[in-house]
Amino acid sequence: MARQARHWRAGAAGIAALGLALTACGGATVEDSSSGSGSSGESGKCGNFNLAVNPWVGYEANAAVLAHVAEQDLGCKVEQKDLKEEIAWQGFGTGEVDAVVENWGHDDLKKKYITDQKTAIDAGPTGNEGLIGWYVPPWLAKEHPDILDWNNLNKYAAEFKTSESGGKGQLLDGDPSFVTNDEALVKNLKLDFKVVYAGSETALIQAFRKAEKDKEWMIGYFYEPQWFMSEVPLKKVKLPEYKDGCDADAEKVACDYPVYKLDKIVSKKFSESGSPAYDLVKNFTWTNDDQNTVAKYIAVDKMTPEAAAKKWVDANRDKVEAWLK
Amino acid sequence: MTVAMEKTEKPEKSQGVEPAAPVKRVRKVSRSMVIAAILVIWLVLFAVLRGKQTLTLAAADLTDLHRWFNDVNDSIGANRNSNPLFLYFFNEIRLVIDNLVTFVQELISQPPAGRPVPQIGWLGVVGIAGYVSWAVGNWRVALLAVAGFTFLGLQGLWQESMDTLVLILCAVFVALLFAIPLGVWAGLSDRVNRIITPFLDFMQTMPTFVYLAPLTLFFLIGPASATIATMIYAAPPTIRITAHAIRTVPETTVEAADSMGATRRQSLMKVLLPMSKRTVVMGVNQTIMAALAMVTIAALIDAPGLGKTVVSALQTLDVGTAFNAGLAIVVLAIVLDRVTTAASTREEAARGSKNRFLTWRRPLLAAGAVVTAVLVYMSNTYLWAAEFPGEGRTGSTISSTADSVTTWVQDNLSGLTNAFRDALTNGLLNPFQAVLTDSPWWLVGAALIALAVVLGGWRAGITTAVCVGLLLGTGVWSDAMTTMASTLVATVLVMLIGVTFGVWMGRSALVDRLLRPTLDAAQVMPPFVYLVPFLALFGATRFTAIVAAVVYATPVAIKIVADGVRNVPETTVEAATSAGCNTWQIITKVQLPMARSALTLATNQGLIYVLSMVVVGGLVGAGALGYDVVAGFSQGQLYGKGLAAGLAIVLLGVMFDRITQAAARRTSA
Repeated sequence: MARQARHWRAGAAGIAALGLALTACGGATVEDSSSGSGSSGESGKCGNFNLAVNPWVGYEANAAVLAHVAEQDLGCKVEQKDLKEEIAWQGFGTGEVDAVVENWGHDDLKKKYITDQKTAIDAGPTGNEGLIGWYVPPWLAKEHPDILDWNNLNKYAAEFKTSESGGKGQLLDGDPSFVTNDEALVKNLKLDFKVVYAGSETALIQAFRKAEKDKEWMIGYFYEPQWFMSEVPLKKVKLPEYKDGCDADAEKVACDYPVYKLDKIVSKKFSESGSPAYDLVKNFTWTNDDQNTVAKYIAVDKMTPEAAAKKWVDANRDKVEAWLK
Repeated sequence: MTVAMEKTEKPEKSQGVEPAAPVKRVRKVSRSMVIAAILVIWLVLFAVLRGKQTLTLAAADLTDLHRWFNDVNDSIGANRNSNPLFLYFFNEIRLVIDNLVTFVQELISQPPAGRPVPQIGWLGVVGIAGYVSWAVGNWRVALLAVAGFTFLGLQGLWQESMDTLVLILCAVFVALLFAIPLGVWAGLSDRVNRIITPFLDFMQTMPTFVYLAPLTLFFLIGPASATIATMIYAAPPTIRITAHAIRTVPETTVEAADSMGATRRQSLMKVLLPMSKRTVVMGVNQTIMAALAMVTIAALIDAPGLGKTVVSALQTLDVGTAFNAGLAIVVLAIVLDRVTTAASTREEAARGSKNRFLTWRRPLLAAGAVVTAVLVYMSNTYLWAAEFPGEGRTGSTISSTADSVTTWVQDNLSGLTNAFRDALTNGLLNPFQAVLTDSPWWLVGAALIALAVVLGGWRAGITTAVCVGLLLGTGVWSDAMTTMASTLVATVLVMLIGVTFGVWMGRSALVDRLLRPTLDAAQVMPPFVYLVPFLALFGATRFTAIVAAVVYATPVAIKIVADGVRNVPETTVEAATSAGCNTWQIITKVQLPMARSALTLATNQGLIYVLSMVVVGGLVGAGALGYDVVAGFSQGQLYGKGLAAGLAIVLLGVMFDRITQAAARRTSA
């Protein structure tokens, strides 16, 4: 026992010495640093602003710029929530989401949440125009320019064969979040193709990237604005022109996708809250080029969304002022 | 991940070392003849009836069941705010869990109000991790924990890692609160065990994507939903293994306690629980690993942490950043795995060695506690101990290395890999899939039931019949058959690789030590991190999906086979050697036959793990059930179909599981 006690004492002394040594060379304390910050953001009357961030870079660009302006100019406390579309819309009803700032069509969700449940309202277009369609890699468009017309697709169908397409040409579809009429289109345009589902945007981009690099034949579903276009400028294939109502019956679609006027959706509660952030969201519009610039900062130059937004806002103060009026 | 499974299964299995009686041999031959006959009849009828009654359903088509699921989902959403169940039940659960998570977050990962940094900084967390690892395990794992946690900081991912750790600790804590009592109950009562087993199967094989959106309806977007999603997937291993542990306590011990007049309660508290403690800790280990597998999925409903880093890096195909974050998940997994494993074996190890440190243990523990307290205090007070210093230079080195490796592989290997892909797809997968999808449904169903009866007996046959019937009911029969084809091909590959490496690992301790960390990494690394280069190599195809499944499922198979080979008695191997057998003969004639029950267990687990990758497969070109589930998650009007596809995956899993288990019992009986 005596031996143990001795060890005890030695240990305790050692620890005390260690503790003293460490605290002595301590340096800046947490209290010092906390007194300086935290005062800048709290002057506005904005309060909390819950911004949904859907998982694609274009959306991230919109959200980052809006969040930057809301924080810096309006003094809001912005909470960005990474959510898939369905769940973000669901959040309007539960009060967890104030705004979705790039919406692609989604007539089903609009019906459910705006018309039926009345928990969301439309906050106008973002100014971006979304194109959906069939694209080919640039090398293919250059070598066979006639491929950009759907009438000639059957001529080349055999070239598009893969292990997945069962003897026909392969039309690669991507992320199931986007509406696709491709199976109906192939059938109704009597194309010798089979729709193969890649299942994710990642898979689709990787396929296009490889097709361009190795000069492989490939045609697939894609959309713009999209950051990948600045890396590989895909070429759109012309489908029979879109006319109002030609896509009314999903089974009989035989025309191109409409041009989507991308828009913003906000929760009813948020629109009635009188928050300056709501006016900001409502007034926010910019062009495809603007979004592509910020998206390129994020995706290609690997900047954080915050840094990308700051860079753009600093360079385009006039546009931002127009949203704040 | 199934270390515990191997260890716990053994006592049962080893009883069945049977002498090969001649009678049995005759029956075995006839059994394989029957199987061959079934297959021949199937093929003949397939040739005649090809393409009839195949029940195909186009991607956007729905059945009445799918529409009904949609309606149910919609009505829950619409009535959420007026329903008392929500107001007084789900909201309360949400509040409790939200508060728990927020509390722990403010301790180590998120700054609470009025402070720029969390209460405990990196130095304190590293100190606590080291101290706890040492206290419950040994000094070796304590060193590993300290090194591992410091590495997370060097990667520049300190806060993200802590967010992930918080979520996992909370999910595991809440899961254990009900999993251990449930497990004990299921261990004591056969009826309870029978009732909860299907629920556990359901929790483990139902794809998370199916219940992720509804969960946010019930528990809102936030920590509660993420914790509960993680818990649903992670709790079953603890329940199963606890039940198993209670069951395997030797009957004689319990009887001895009874005869000395112990009450039920006493025999539970003083005999059963202490004796099964070691195995229960292994169950906790499995639960932690399963929770880590959910990190990226939880990020889709705004769970903070490493998952978010992975998901957002993949939006721009930034493999390097995604790999760095994935590596942090692997590091966390290895630390937690080794610490819990050490904890489960500590007492025995301590009892075995008359270590002189044993007498010092108490004072040393107290001293360690004081040191830790000092570290915690400092990390609470001083900035340098609160925020991890440096800019994560190691992390950017790792990212750029991963990037250049990926690029090199993509540029230099794609010619080779395409030939392999086409050979496997055209030679094996396509014909097999054609037989399954182009035969009339009743033919496939009948063949499956017949095979189940032959392989596993009448009970397995009845289960299969029920599963086939329910599969028809889901309305996604054709997709289920496509998925089944890929699943079986993947399982064959898993077993080929599993046996090869398993034997190698089982025969050499050195190989084991070298391979094991890689196997652990393959199991917890988020699949998309390695799938991006695979996509570049193989394109968006069913083959890529198969490769993903093989990468995820092979480690389990390898570990189980290695364990089986290692457990072949040394004397048997020596006898064979002295009888003049060469290495090849020893492996094929002695070690593999004697490890047969391990081989069937490996097949069973391999299949289940392959099935759990169906959804990931759907994201890289496998189509079928996986795609249906993903589409259901992304589009409201397809929700019902996604749910049905999820149910189909569960049914396939239950069917395969029951057939292989019954077959395993037959071979070892």
